[in-house]
Amino acid sequence: MRKSASRPVTPLSLEKAEIPWLLAVAIATVAPHVSHLPLWLSLLTASVLLWRSGLWRLNARLPSRWLLALVAVTGVAGIGWQFRTLLGRDAGVALLVFFMALKPMEMHTRRDAMVVVMLGFFLLLTHYFYSQSIPTGLWLLASTTLLTATLIRLHGGAQPVRAILRYAGLLLAQAIPFMLIIFLLFPRVSGPLWGLPQDAYSGLTGLSDRMSPGSLDNLIQSGAIAFRVQFSGDLPEKSSLYWRGPVFNDYDGQTWRARPAYLQRTGRAPTIEASGKTYSYVITLEAHNLRWLLPLDLPVSLPDDSALTATLETLAREPVRNRARYAFTSDIDAVANRQESQAMLQQALRLPRALDPQARELAAEWREKFKSPEQISNMALLHFRQEAFFYTLQPPLLGEHAVDDFLFVTRSGFCEHFASAYVFLMRAAGVPARVVAGYQGGEINPVDGYLTVRQSDAHAWAEIWLADRGWVRVDPTAAVAPSRIEQGIEAALPAGDPLPALVRIDADWLRDLRNRWEAANNAWNQWVLGYNPQRQREVLTRLGLKEPDWRNMTAILATLCGLALLMLTVWTLYRRNTATPAQRAWQRLCNRLKGLGIARAGWEGPLAFALRVARERPELGEVTREAAGHFADLHYGSGRPEQLQQLKECIGRLNSLRRNTV
Amino acid sequence: MQTTGKQSTVAEIIAAANQIILGKEPQIRLALTCLLARGHLLIEDLPGVGKTTLAHTLARLLGLQFSRIQFTSDMLPADVIGISIFDREHSEFRFLPGALFSQVLLADEINRATPKTQSALLEAMEERQVTTEGETRPLPEPFFVIATQNPSSQIGTFPLPESQLDRFLMRIELGYPDRDAERALLEGGGRREHLPELAACFSPDQLAPLQKQAAAVHASPALLDYLQTLIETTRQSPKFIHGLSPRAALALLAAARAWAFIDGRTMVLPEDVQAVLPGVACHRLRLINSASHARPEDITQLIRTLPLA
Repeated sequence: MRKSASRPVTPLSLEKAEIPWLLAVAIATVAPHVSHLPLWLSLLTASVLLWRSGLWRLNARLPSRWLLALVAVTGVAGIGWQFRTLLGRDAGVALLVFFMALKPMEMHTRRDAMVVVMLGFFLLLTHYFYSQSIPTGLWLLASTTLLTATLIRLHGGAQPVRAILRYAGLLLAQAIPFMLIIFLLFPRVSGPLWGLPQDAYSGLTGLSDRMSPGSLDNLIQSGAIAFRVQFSGDLPEKSSLYWRGPVFNDYDGQTWRARPAYLQRTGRAPTIEASGKTYSYVITLEAHNLRWLLPLDLPVSLPDDSALTATLETLAREPVRNRARYAFTSDIDAVANRQESQAMLQQALRLPRALDPQARELAAEWREKFKSPEQISNMALLHFRQEAFFYTLQPPLLGEHAVDDFLFVTRSGFCEHFASAYVFLMRAAGVPARVVAGYQGGEINPVDGYLTVRQSDAHAWAEIWLADRGWVRVDPTAAVAPSRIEQGIEAALPAGDPLPALVRIDADWLRDLRNRWEAANNAWNQWVLGYNPQRQREVLTRLGLKEPDWRNMTAILATLCGLALLMLTVWTLYRRNTATPAQRAWQRLCNRLKGLGIARAGWEGPLAFALRVARERPELGEVTREAAGHFADLHYGSGRPEQLQQLKECIGRLNSLRRNTV
Repeated sequence: MQTTGKQSTVAEIIAAANQIILGKEPQIRLALTCLLARGHLLIEDLPGVGKTTLAHTLARLLGLQFSRIQFTSDMLPADVIGISIFDREHSEFRFLPGALFSQVLLADEINRATPKTQSALLEAMEERQVTTEGETRPLPEPFFVIATQNPSSQIGTFPLPESQLDRFLMRIELGYPDRDAERALLEGGGRREHLPELAACFSPDQLAPLQKQAAAVHASPALLDYLQTLIETTRQSPKFIHGLSPRAALALLAAARAWAFIDGRTMVLPEDVQAVLPGVACHRLRLINSASHARPEDITQLIRTLPLA
């Protein structure tokens, strides 16, 4: 900061032409934060920057320190009030953004400019707290270039903007080998380097641990990706792709709830009889802040750090807070829990008392009529199919007797209504049954071959327990809208129903574009963001490094960085000594002649050499003389650009001469 | 490649001179180069190999006024420059210009003169003007000195010091004629008698534009790089006591330009530098072990150690 306004201008003061660079830095580093900052702060920041730009345009003096202090105090107070603290991620970033806007206001000296640049570099890092997507990466890359260019401008004086940017780009390009080496080899730690606060996960979407009519509804409206699956062999029929999530056992008349995890542990370990045909695959699960993993029904081998509960749910040890990869093997025809504990069966029969009398009556009727649970189940499915049930994402509201309303009044709903009503009927008829939530289907992205499962593929189905077959999956939705299972939700819904724009896509090119974009995102996730210690180990093992530990990794890192540095140095020296295009062409021509048995001595000038060639090898004299003339003009005279081409043509003529003579 | 229209005139001169001095085309070219580069020439060789004939021929072909001084050990500066004598009729001193006041001056056996006389001549060569008795008189334009000297090992000579040698743009040796040339000489008789028959190829005022054009021949950065590398090599070489001076570098460039001009080119090539380098460098470089000047072979060797970029 300047002591007084009358202080003489020092050589360290800023030029006017340097100001726009610094303003651009401020804007570039602040802009992406707008997406999550409070609106008032974004507006304040924007207006301060605008104010500063105006002062620059008008060549006006910067405002007094008192005014600046007032603005600063107001802003900081506002941030403190908004976030209830000045510490922590969000408040901290908000403060930095605000300071970044304010600093140009007191930018008098070169030192102030350096503060802006350094603050800019720091702010770049903070963007990764909020987004690690490809666009963010690209934006930050561009901003880094701008920051570097600004440093070049501050130190190198006035030059054309393009020259500065090119120089900055060159510097960054030279950093790429180091970036790659460090990215690949720097010893990785599990999880993010800095602990993110809990609120970082509040916005995640996904299945929930409860289900009430309408809860899946929101999810289905979302085209966001739930997870991606990479099969290592062929993959099952689409109608068998049931991705098993939470199991809902407890019903209170409106809401189905999953048993809390600590209760599930009391259950008996599940017994699974495999059928033989298995599928291996890796799921890249997006963070959803719950512990459920979503394997293909039923998993027979699980990743570490996860376990199968008594209700055949796969639970991770910790809630999934980061995108993570899980390897599974599943057997879609496996038989599970042929022997089931009484407690579990009791659970699967429990119903709230005094609700839905009509449904109970219907169930009792079936129970009288049919002896076997299979028949009862078939009857229920037949009921759904024969009565005029209607599949829609916009069902009418249900009253207190939700199941009765659905079965006998509204008769329209989607998977959760059907699953819920079916399980109710089964339980009322004395067949152990439960609701299973998860995802059904998915779509192969032709670009990278990954199966993409979206939130809109969320689904709920049912399971009944049969004495000889264990838990058997029954999907009542399939009875009503078979196309939902076979083709996906967009085929099952009537045309008028709202769906997210990206789920129902008619234009092929748009679908193709989406596929490409998602494949790029997936590659980014898999290889850049998902490059964790395990992946690093895989890569290093593939590179032939046995037992990579941090010690030899550091050694290799240092060696490779040294090598890269050496190569850059050699390249720079080579570039400095290297020849012009004309010299390279002349050198090539001389090499050809050497191949023909007449070598130019290093000290021999072009014309002298051409004379000697004409004397010793008259058949080569003509073309050499012409080439020497062009080279002399280009290198020592004021040659015309087309002469380079003619010189190169001489090489071609020499080549054909050689072919003809040899 | 571009050529200049003046090439033909220059080529004519060379061809005509070849008729007089047989088998010495490179030396004739070098002498002409020296003249076009506005430098002075020192011919060092034994008596009777045609030094005087060369000087005479050039003067005649260029249509220049020619005079000759035979230096001896008792010669005084006034003998070269001229003297003022009292004119009784007009009651004033009148300056009688010496042999110096001519366009081509042949200073024969310059190393026979005492250092005092030598330096009077050499100063005039450098300044292109003469100051006597408070009056400065310009020398004629063009002013071209061809000095000859016998190899300084001979008795009764005053070898020119380094600083004086530096005034000569080039020093060349004529050498014995080869067998064919000598036979032609023997058959055709002395060449000197043909001299009066020679017609001038052009007039004196045509020379100045030619010199100007020669000085304007393009020297590219690449060529200057090469030239500088050459100069630096002489400075670093363990063979020579001193390297070439900046004045020598300027001389080298000027000579290379003139050489390129004679060749009809508009830019200087490394070949031009290489061609004039022995003439420009030999008398300026002194060998460490033999205390004599560098020989052309030393220079050729030096050139061959330096590859072109």
